[in-house]
Amino acid sequence: MSKATLNTDTVHRVGFLDKASLHIPILRILQADGTTYETAVLPVIDEALATKIYDTCVFTRVLDERMLGAQRQGRISFYMTCTGEEAAIVGSVAALDQEDVILAQYREHAALRYRGFTTEQFMNQMFSNEKDLGKGRQMPIHYGSAALHYQTISSPLATQIPQATGVGYSLKMQGKRNVAVCYFGEGAASEGDFHAGLNMAAVLKCPVIFFCRNNGYAISTPTEEQFAGNGIASRGVGYGMHTIRVDGNDMLAVLAATQQARAYAIEHNAPVLIEAMTYRLGAHSSSDDPSGYRSKDEEAKWQQHDPVKRFKLWLINKGWLAEADDVKLHEQYREEVLAAVKVAEKIPVPMLDEIIEDVYDKPTPALKKQLSELKEHIKKYPQSYPKSAGRL
Amino acid sequence: MAEMNMLQAVNEALSIAMQADERMVVFGEDVGHFGGVFRATSGLQEKFGRSRCFNTPLTEQGIAGFANGLASNGMTAVAEIQFADYIFPAFDQIVNEAAKFRYRSGNEFNVGSLVFRTPYGGGIAGGHYHSQSPEAYFTQTPGLKVVVPRNPEQAKGLLLASIRDKNPVVFFEPKRLYRASVGEVPAGDYEIELGKAEVVREGKDITLVAWGAQMEILEKAADMAAKEGISCEVIDLRTLAPWDVDTIADSVKKTGRLLINHEAPLTGGFAGEIAATIQQECFLYLESPISRVCGLDTPYPLVHEKEYMPDALKTFEAIKASVTF
Repeated sequence: MSKATLNTDTVHRVGFLDKASLHIPILRILQADGTTYETAVLPVIDEALATKIYDTCVFTRVLDERMLGAQRQGRISFYMTCTGEEAAIVGSVAALDQEDVILAQYREHAALRYRGFTTEQFMNQMFSNEKDLGKGRQMPIHYGSAALHYQTISSPLATQIPQATGVGYSLKMQGKRNVAVCYFGEGAASEGDFHAGLNMAAVLKCPVIFFCRNNGYAISTPTEEQFAGNGIASRGVGYGMHTIRVDGNDMLAVLAATQQARAYAIEHNAPVLIEAMTYRLGAHSSSDDPSGYRSKDEEAKWQQHDPVKRFKLWLINKGWLAEADDVKLHEQYREEVLAAVKVAEKIPVPMLDEIIEDVYDKPTPALKKQLSELKEHIKKYPQSYPKSAGRL
Repeated sequence: MAEMNMLQAVNEALSIAMQADERMVVFGEDVGHFGGVFRATSGLQEKFGRSRCFNTPLTEQGIAGFANGLASNGMTAVAEIQFADYIFPAFDQIVNEAAKFRYRSGNEFNVGSLVFRTPYGGGIAGGHYHSQSPEAYFTQTPGLKVVVPRNPEQAKGLLLASIRDKNPVVFFEPKRLYRASVGEVPAGDYEIELGKAEVVREGKDITLVAWGAQMEILEKAADMAAKEGISCEVIDLRTLAPWDVDTIADSVKKTGRLLINHEAPLTGGFAGEIAATIQQECFLYLESPISRVCGLDTPYPLVHEKEYMPDALKTFEAIKASVTF
């Protein structure tokens, strides 16, 4: 060993450590009735921030409800909801600077909304129309926005974790007082990229917040089939990383933990792991039916812990929200989303030429040849290619 | 001009690029103070500091993911994978992530300022896991460029071009030639254009195509053929993706014959792609079947390395078979 990184205590009888050796408490600030624990230390929050957080939660609920419906009607091909995990996402993003770089998994669109992604932008992506920033190339909910420092989602799980380490390193090298923030589920944490990314971040001293949504399931797989250790948090300690476990359905706990994690990461150029304990109230995706692997009773129990309702009670207690205004807010977003669906689904798909753009910085001669052959073919059989035949 | 070996040329290219671009970082297993197991990054940490040339933990998927993150956020990332045989743990990050970064985001994000350098190829008693030539796994991936130099001059110019190219590049260095190939290398900063093959020797009877360390083999075989009165046109492909169809096709239209040589196994190797394309482009000009002289469809063997390799003698025989077809 070049440097002593291990302690040197010795014993003279065999004794094993087990997962109970590591006591990991769960941070809770907000109680079910909307009051805070007596000894709780509250995050930095004022009425404007609280209102923006709640507004984002309501929008996300409405969007999820409406777009799942749109998927059921066959208007979009695929959808995934954030339901039950809004506090984990919005509570954490609200602790960030707008220029902190977000790398997400796929169930974090509430964070993108918080940053300013418009209803139209959500729709354009889901309908793969020509106004989509991603040019209609990826499945619905694979959002991204350079302007909002939210890197484009990709389907392969956990690949964004070591990437976040690289982004964190780049922020440090560029002398920016910003962090990379990486969201992932507890299932993704079983991928090799989780290990690679966290270990590298700790060793290379990168300002990154690793934010794990431990929602109990990876599609149908419950956590007891995912890991045998003390959740995800115990691993952070193993990597030599500042680590905290929070109640992911407690907006104030998530906000407080993330605020302090961010300050620490920047101050020390070091990563922090946050494990937010929550529950995936919805199906995994529009292609999934959870009744095949979990009970209605279990779901009903977790409905009692609805993070948005808990936060709403706190807002009402504070006098920052009135029931009538809440009803109005829901109504307003329902109308807005419905109207945006109607607009987005009428916008044409991107021009066929986009099929060869952005593979490289410039299309290669081979790609140009393939495109021109494709166009000739489509001209011959236009009825078989209705999306592009009319606009060659 | 100065005489140097391929490692020195690679080292000089890295140093020049780092000097010119303060956002550039070099990293991988043992590349820091030690300077790399082949010494390709020797002296870079001393010159540019620990923050710009450093060791990573031993994790290829981590190195590749980290590189993607750096490049996605305004840095120039030059990652080393210690042996090409160990690039497979990084395959997902390279194929699903690096290659598709720009396309999938509609150009909102890209990792164009990224190079994976990796020593490849056999001939050094490296057995299964220190000998492989995995280029064809990458040439099938749209979004990647794949580059292989044949000598020190090419290594320096192609590496500088790869680092500055606006697309992710997998740069395979023929480790058999690291010290064995010594030659004049132009001083200072220069680039060799990617995507362009080079006609190394003009000829009229048959076109021979290879890349990297196998270029030496082609030249030897061409010399042997010359003694039999056969005139070979020898071409270094240099960039495998995207590859220079025109230079190969023009040559084959002139010679009427084509032989492709690579160390990697025959089946699914890049020679298959070249053969199929040239057959299509030059059908009326071909006077004999396109010949592929490649590694066997086996894992890379240790004791039978000499038998496995598509050497000059095998190539010479294939040349004669082609011209007498």
